[in-house]
Amino acid sequence: MSLHVASLTLSHFRSHRVARLRLDARPVAIHGANGSGKTNLIEAISLLSAGRGLRRAAAADMTRRPEALGWKLTAEVIRDGETIEVKTWSDAGAARQVRIDSKAASQLDLAERIRVLWLIPAMDRLWIEGAEGRRRFLDRAAMSLFPDHATATLAYEKAMRERNRLLKEQVRDAHWYRALERQMAESGAAVHSHRMATLDALRTAQQDATTAFPAAELSLEPIEGDLPETAEDLADALEESRFRDLAAGRTLVGPHRADLSGRYAAKDVPARDCSTGEQKALLLSLILSNARALKARIGTPPLLLLDEVAAHLDANRRAALYDEVCALGAQAWMTGTGPDLFEDLGDRAQRLLVEDEDGVSTVTVE
Amino acid sequence: MSSTRDIDALIEMMAKLPGLGPRSARRAVLHLIRKRAQLFTPLADLMHTVAASARECLNCANVGTSDICDICASEKRANGQLCVVEDVADLWAMERAGVFKGRYHVLGGTLSALDAIGPDELRIPKLVDRVTTEDITEVILALNATVDGQTTAHYIADQLEDRVTLTSLAQGVPIGGELDYLDDGTITAALNARKKL
Ligand SMILES: Nc1ncnc2c1ncn2[C@@H]1O[C@H](COP(=O)(O)OP(=O)(O)O)[C@@H](O)[C@H]1O
Ligand SMILES: [Mg+2]
Ligand SMILES: [Zn+2]
Repeated sequence: MSLHVASLTLSHFRSHRVARLRLDARPVAIHGANGSGKTNLIEAISLLSAGRGLRRAAAADMTRRPEALGWKLTAEVIRDGETIEVKTWSDAGAARQVRIDSKAASQLDLAERIRVLWLIPAMDRLWIEGAEGRRRFLDRAAMSLFPDHATATLAYEKAMRERNRLLKEQVRDAHWYRALERQMAESGAAVHSHRMATLDALRTAQQDATTAFPAAELSLEPIEGDLPETAEDLADALEESRFRDLAAGRTLVGPHRADLSGRYAAKDVPARDCSTGEQKALLLSLILSNARALKARIGTPPLLLLDEVAAHLDANRRAALYDEVCALGAQAWMTGTGPDLFEDLGDRAQRLLVEDEDGVSTVTVE
Repeated sequence: MSSTRDIDALIEMMAKLPGLGPRSARRAVLHLIRKRAQLFTPLADLMHTVAASARECLNCANVGTSDICDICASEKRANGQLCVVEDVADLWAMERAGVFKGRYHVLGGTLSALDAIGPDELRIPKLVDRVTTEDITEVILALNATVDGQTTAHYIADQLEDRVTLTSLAQGVPIGGELDYLDDGTITAALNARKKL
């Protein structure tokens, strides 16, 4: 069982004017100078699943400038022997559209068919920055395992924005609060249980693997107070918190007040106190565990996007990463400035060279 | 100056209609002009008449040509069932399906603090009144499965609990799907399989 991009066409996507690629199922090693368009290329791959992609950019920002005509991606993705044809585009400034096999589709349809996980340099500070980034990291993992996690999260956030508006405007209609809190309770309990199931799945995937990467001990902690688990408990907590929330002008209890805590298991040190290299190794370890958990759950590994990961690993770890990616059978898209970084892969990978010519990226299959 | 100025103005107006754009508006106007006697003149007359007579039913907010709509005026429809919908298009979709025999109540939207739509903007007080004055025994909440639709459903349920049986349209209504976009069979199935709240 496998998942790979067999062909990809980028049109007016960021620095790429047109790029047409044919690929096989092996990992893809991409090299090229700084600023040549490597991350842009894998950002395109990240849009073959739901969401705003690995830079979390607005659709309008991804259109090639200065033309700003809108962008389009066309891909053939092969999943377990079956071809999925994906077209996704944004016309000048408009929201992103999706077609799967020539039929209009939602991003949720995309999320169910194509799972993509990534690690990018912007995540390097994940363990030392705010809880929001860590929650997003966990939620991405949860969405990869349970695509309807996205639906629950959106419903929860929408109901909470409504409730926060009532709080800000000092509305006192208890029926209205109760109606919103019921929905927050239902969707919030689903969010929480997906997150807990994700932590379980990651834990199991870490335990069962022989890996060169350090294990992380993960838990979900409330930022303050309690973290209600069931819909009833959450509904009660919200009602109880109403008075306090009115004073604060926002909702102070619920799954949006959770934080992902990580420890470097072998040393029993909080992740935030680890060295930069160790923090990165923990993240890489979690991405690989997530991929293994996904493979265990649905039988198919995800597409992996590892941006500038190889350069930060010593030679042994790098060789281990390649071995693990190949063992997973994942089409991992990996970037680096020089081809030497990928030497160890030998003919286990296909190679692309990305170059910049006067502000236009070109991609060559080597 | 231009001899086609009125025609251009008509095309521009037509293009503002839902489902029409400048291209289809031009085609429609050309078609009307070519079928002046069979289509254009009678259409213009009807538009004139309906523009003067169309109004909201004072009771349920359905759109008709009298103060009380045909459904509210009909004794046959007073079977104790009241179906709550978001807007008139939903009511008409239910009527097209032809399975529901009771009366309706059009809210005129859904609760949304972010859009500054509260209970008073939604004819919810009128709904609570009608439950008493019209001897309603069952209120069917046919609201969309969006967060706002469901908030509204919970809100109404909270107000009417203990006074009537509350039901909601069963699954088959897709998330975020609007009644108006469902086919008659789906509406009928959703109504027949409605469940208690
Ligand atoms: N919307 C856009 N239109 C044109 N060029 C863009 C756009 N967005 C980013 N770029 C250019 O892409 C280049 C960066 O590409 P990137 O893929 O991040 O490089 P790298 O190969 O280092 O990963 C920069 O030169 C940037 O100016
Ligand atoms: Mg880059
Ligand atoms: Zn009426």
